[in-house]
Amino acid sequence: MDAKDILGLPKNALPIQEKKSKPPKESQRKPDGISREVYALTGGLAPLMPAVDVNQLKRKAQSDNEKITWQWLPFTNSARKDSLQLYHWVRVVNGIPPTGDYSFAKYNKSVDVLKYTDEEYEKYLTDPAWTKEETDQLFDLCERFDLRFIVVADRFPSSKTVEELKDRYYSVSRAILIARALSPGDVATHPLVKETYNASQETERKRALNLLLSHTKQQERKDVEVLAQAKKISEARKASKASEESELPVLSDIGSLGADKATADTVNPSTNSQIPSSSITAPVSETASVIASLRMLRVYLRSYALEQMVQAASSSAGLRTIKRVEQTLQDLGVNLKPKVPTKAVCAEHLELRKEILTLLNLQKQLQYKEAEGSSFREGSYTETPGTPPKQQSLRAADLDRTFTPDSLSIGGERFGKREQKRKGPAPSSPAQSKRPRKYKASD
Amino acid sequence: MPQKNGAEQPDTSGSMPKLQRTKITKSSDDNEKKSLAKKLKDSEICIPIVYGNIAFWLGKKASEYQSHKWTVYVRGATNEDLGVVIKRAVFQLHSSFNNPTRIVDSPPFELSESGWGEFEIAITLHFHSDVGDKPLHLYHHLKLYPEDESGPLSTKKPVVVESYDEIVIAEPSEALFARVQNYPAVIVPRLPVGFTLPPVPMEDLDNRNKGDTKDHPLNQWFTNFSEADELLKLAAARQQVQAHIARLRRQLTLIDGQHQQLKAAAPDIYLQQGFCFSSW
Repeated sequence: MDAKDILGLPKNALPIQEKKSKPPKESQRKPDGISREVYALTGGLAPLMPAVDVNQLKRKAQSDNEKITWQWLPFTNSARKDSLQLYHWVRVVNGIPPTGDYSFAKYNKSVDVLKYTDEEYEKYLTDPAWTKEETDQLFDLCERFDLRFIVVADRFPSSKTVEELKDRYYSVSRAILIARALSPGDVATHPLVKETYNASQETERKRALNLLLSHTKQQERKDVEVLAQAKKISEARKASKASEESELPVLSDIGSLGADKATADTVNPSTNSQIPSSSITAPVSETASVIASLRMLRVYLRSYALEQMVQAASSSAGLRTIKRVEQTLQDLGVNLKPKVPTKAVCAEHLELRKEILTLLNLQKQLQYKEAEGSSFREGSYTETPGTPPKQQSLRAADLDRTFTPDSLSIGGERFGKREQKRKGPAPSSPAQSKRPRKYKASD
Repeated sequence: MPQKNGAEQPDTSGSMPKLQRTKITKSSDDNEKKSLAKKLKDSEICIPIVYGNIAFWLGKKASEYQSHKWTVYVRGATNEDLGVVIKRAVFQLHSSFNNPTRIVDSPPFELSESGWGEFEIAITLHFHSDVGDKPLHLYHHLKLYPEDESGPLSTKKPVVVESYDEIVIAEPSEALFARVQNYPAVIVPRLPVGFTLPPVPMEDLDNRNKGDTKDHPLNQWFTNFSEADELLKLAAARQQVQAHIARLRRQLTLIDGQHQQLKAAAPDIYLQQGFCFSSW
């Protein structure tokens, strides 16, 4: 009714019988070829595009001229050695049953296990570790079980490892082949001759695999860390190579920027100092190329230039980190894009963003160290007496929102109270008292 | 005479001594020029601009398709004449306007129209040939209605949206430098002492400042952009971040020390762990 008002249409009086009769459901019932209930599943409306062409359905068998019946008939299997006759349902077309072998007979494949004569054994195949009897048994089992060595090993009367059995089998077969061959060239391409079985290598390989499988979670984590560090080191090497190659003449201020950062980071003695320095050499070369491209433009807007520099500086950071930087900027009350982009403002803005990136990196490092510390403690059987159980564990949640707008207020007591709520059952070690002070704006 | 016919005759014996002499006397000048030219290379010319729109509601005179009268413009941030660098400005309006491509050939670079809708206007700035060949693009969303949607519309108080930006000319040529250095719209860096620029033709000085917006009828609504606030905020933010970084670094070294202790205290434990996989 309101719609009609808006459209300005006259409210035509519907004939009163409209109300009396049931509103026609004809329009809603449009299924063609599907039952009403199924149609209702789609919400009662036809889909915009037919998913499946209706003509394709249910037409397959109907327009055939043939008569299809199903009959219970006997059959034989050529793969069987006896002449067992079984019964099954057969699709009969126009009264003619299907011909041909049992359809699964073709899958009855077996391995050609070579058979040696006694003379051959005496001549070529004797081995100090194996008696003829054992060898015969081995070959018999191999044939019965189609070279399934695990089963063969299980059934073998004297205990020999799978590798030993394999070794014996392959070397015997190889020897027979070579002996029977008229000339060495004939069998050179035979896989048994081409590749030799190396038992000791196999044993070693399986042992290593088993070790790997039985790694504890801790060891897996260590492996991942070591791999990550190796990757970072190799990337750092690549980045430093790239920045050397892309040396531009006007790099004076960028060079000093990079030098500043490098010296600042080497204060941190941890091994993870590789990370900040590697992540800074890459942006340094990026900003250099941005500056070069801006010079090529000759004339550009400073806001555009700042955008490019910001992108270059955060080129090594993932999307999540970039979002966190922006969140931090907002918390600090700084515009993501300066309202008055003068030269000085843009420079300060860029520096601030870089510092925030450093800050986030440090927070991540701290989290890693935290995790490392707890894994140390997990691994040790006894707690070394000198160290208290819970160190200054800075919870990750604390680090995420470091610059909540409240913290910027000068009244620090308010924040101090918030801190106390979050402390919970805190042990009274002197280290804990440092935490609330971290958030005071005026320090 | 070798000097005059030096170009025609490849007669080295005659012309060489003269050339050498001139080279020697000018070498020191050249070096000076080169270092000064390099200094010019590292500098930039900056033109602060403000662009945006002012829109007045027409009140009683408003019709369905002409409810507002608006002006879109590009002006110098301190209302100085932009004609010194900008040759013309092209305003691309919504396609529903007649001749949506409006070209303004002389300052003040502005365009007034009446309409009812808000849309994005593409402003293209074309520069004089000594500045550059490629135009610069600005985009401004025309605003007619105030942020506060519930308040009454007034014919007296317009809606004003302005954006600040700066045109940067990197590596300006000496000639450009000379031409623009006396124009207040342009910010030029200080030149080193002794730098001589080519003289400026006198006609330019007469036409100066004819296109400024200092006496513009709408200038009472212009925003005064100052970098001071933003600089202060940024400096304060940087201080905070730096303090935080320092604290985190202290904590990291602390934790490192503890880890060293843990490692030193229990070596055999780790040996045991490493070899718990005996033969199977």
